[in-house]
Amino acid sequence: MFELILSTALIFMTLSVLATIYRLVKGPSVSDRVQALDSIGINLISGVAVTSVLLRTTAFFEVILLIGILSFIGTIAFARFLERGVVIEHKRSK
Amino acid sequence: MKEPNDVILRSVTKVAVLIILTFAINLFFSGHHNPGGGFIGGLAFASALTLLFLCYDIETVRENIPVDFKAVTAVGVLISVFTGIGGIIFDRPFLTQAFDYFQLPLFGKTELATAVLFDIGVAMAVIGTAITIISSISEDR
Repeated sequence: MFELILSTALIFMTLSVLATIYRLVKGPSVSDRVQALDSIGINLISGVAVTSVLLRTTAFFEVILLIGILSFIGTIAFARFLERGVVIEHKRSK
Repeated sequence: MKEPNDVILRSVTKVAVLIILTFAINLFFSGHHNPGGGFIGGLAFASALTLLFLCYDIETVRENIPVDFKAVTAVGVLISVFTGIGGIIFDRPFLTQAFDYFQLPLFGKTELATAVLFDIGVAMAVIGTAITIISSISEDR
């Protein structure tokens, strides 16, 4: 019963990722695409977490942390590019 | 128009960089029997430095970390090659590794392997390459 619930959750997460990929491709503005990328990262994290509960292992926790860090940095880079037009400034404007 | 400032980003970065650096060192040292190792540890370290580059700017980070990252790459590759040559000195094939168990204070019985030295070289090469690529891509002109 427990495994059935977890598998159903995984299936719905996959559907959610697919729906987000539609927004990623179709999205009218760049902000929509950035948010879609971030949302895909969060869905991946939850998918890995559910999988590690399903397999009864702690081996994937580092994967969760790494996906979280990379998705965070990627979202910040895109946000800075949208707001300032430059990702890494050479000299900070005080 | 209001000047955009990033107070929240800077406050988060001060905490998150510490966490990411700790995680990178943990990934580096969990190398042999768990997922991890020099390459991915170096990449996590480079991502922490990238976060610093994003939050502040290149000048500030270069002032506070006065390291030439091209030299870091070269030194890392040299360390890796010399640990490989160490096998030849003891009349074994190139890149032979050895390990033994030692009784260390505070850690107890610990497995020490020469592959860690090789991994340090790999990590330095990865950090240097990644930071060099990022800081040279971000130059506007």
